[in-house]
Amino acid sequence: MASAADATTTPELKRTPLHALNLELGGRMVPFAGYDMPVQFPAGVLKEHLHTRDAAGLFDVSHMGQIALRPKSGNLRDAALALESLVPVDIAGLGEGRQRYGFFTNESGGILDDLMIASRGDHLMLIVNAACKDADEAHLRKHLSASCDITVLDRALIALQGPGAAAAVAILAPPCASMRFMDVASLTVVGAEYIVSRSGYTGEDGYEISIPRDHAEHAVRALLAIDGIAPIGLGARDSLRLEAGLCLHGADITEATTPVEAALEWAIQPVRRTGGERAGGFPGADVILDQLSNGASRRRVGLKAEGRQPVRGGAALYASPDGGDVIGSVTSGGFGPTLNAPAAMGYVPTALAQPGATVVADVRGKRVGMTVTKLPFVPARFHRG
Amino acid sequence: MFKFTEEHEWLKLDGDVATVGITAHAAEQLGDLVFVGLPAVGDQVEKGGSAATVESVKAASDIYAPLDGEIVAINDAIAADPSLVNSDPLGGGWFFKLKLKDKGALDALMDEAAYKAMVG
Repeated sequence: MASAADATTTPELKRTPLHALNLELGGRMVPFAGYDMPVQFPAGVLKEHLHTRDAAGLFDVSHMGQIALRPKSGNLRDAALALESLVPVDIAGLGEGRQRYGFFTNESGGILDDLMIASRGDHLMLIVNAACKDADEAHLRKHLSASCDITVLDRALIALQGPGAAAAVAILAPPCASMRFMDVASLTVVGAEYIVSRSGYTGEDGYEISIPRDHAEHAVRALLAIDGIAPIGLGARDSLRLEAGLCLHGADITEATTPVEAALEWAIQPVRRTGGERAGGFPGADVILDQLSNGASRRRVGLKAEGRQPVRGGAALYASPDGGDVIGSVTSGGFGPTLNAPAAMGYVPTALAQPGATVVADVRGKRVGMTVTKLPFVPARFHRG
Repeated sequence: MFKFTEEHEWLKLDGDVATVGITAHAAEQLGDLVFVGLPAVGDQVEKGGSAATVESVKAASDIYAPLDGEIVAINDAIAADPSLVNSDPLGGGWFFKLKLKDKGALDALMDEAAYKAMVG
């Protein structure tokens, strides 16, 4: 029973447009980034994970932020160049109808948030993490208000992921079938604008679909009626992204980790690097460009534990079983159902960031040997066309 | 006859040795287990101390010793196949056998009706 004290100390959890349906589907709800979200459905995390890789899983990710950035000049390049002052990513060179991964950096080169950026013809659309979305919006308003109109879109967002996703989504919106990985398109489905990207965060082929709030439940019911599509909770979303070697902001990447330390150099195109046409010009450029040239002292790696016991985020890493100084830490870890083994990511000194190097983790007082492993743990199956 | 703890363990007494496992409710709440860490035979355990660990995809949890005693047997089958705990929590999914220091302490634990009332 809620007491008066609870009412004042526990902030009201927000609900996504799919909240009622998540409850109806038997979702076990937990607070996540201020939202009441399903961590799992009755099938459970393990089966939901495997189902996504075997067939297809449908995720409510409406808690994530969707932000439109429109150039006041009407020239999209102005918005792109403005956004480039906050991210070390080639936005001006992003083709219409294409999306790419990036991150907001701070003055010390750390990662404020990671995000997806889509070029939508007359505007840019950003998808940001739920926990950071208010801060991201404030950050954008503070730095880009002179050149851009910034609008938070109040829409639902779902992800449909897995080998069965393409056939299923094509029933709803046939043009989706011909999209390639990281394509973005607006499609009209039963009179509503769906913003579809062929992307996701599981390592599988799939789509993320932004839907007007009032149409979301109808869309999800239609998708769930298709054979092989099951609702999937945040628990499996986390184990899927971990196997895919993808970073979780707040764990694997934070304000205290740089993109180079995080092994995300691939997201910084040459045009933004030293010698590039638009080199630098983003927060922390001095640190990041220097690290791109000279390396960083630590690096994010995949870590495979000996045995079956998962080594989870927070575990300290040592060079040898005898202990000594802490040399790094696990930033996220758990059990990979597809891998059928524990999987983890963490930071180690760069000298040890080679597949086959060994470290020792402390798991509540027990020493567990870990081997540096190349990422991803489970090969990606994106549809590159 | 089964006895139950507030930590969702069950005990079944045979002489002065109690077989210990976790309840169906606990197994359901934990979700599919992927790892079970068992104590060693001969370990002395104290009521409320960690006696075993279980891990699901998402989280690690301790299994507490329900009473004081000595571990006299462990169920290697659940270490080899943790899913046994989910599929047969009150049978093949048992964790360990505990030789009770004080058999009388069992009386303070819940019977099935009281446990069912607690979990609702």
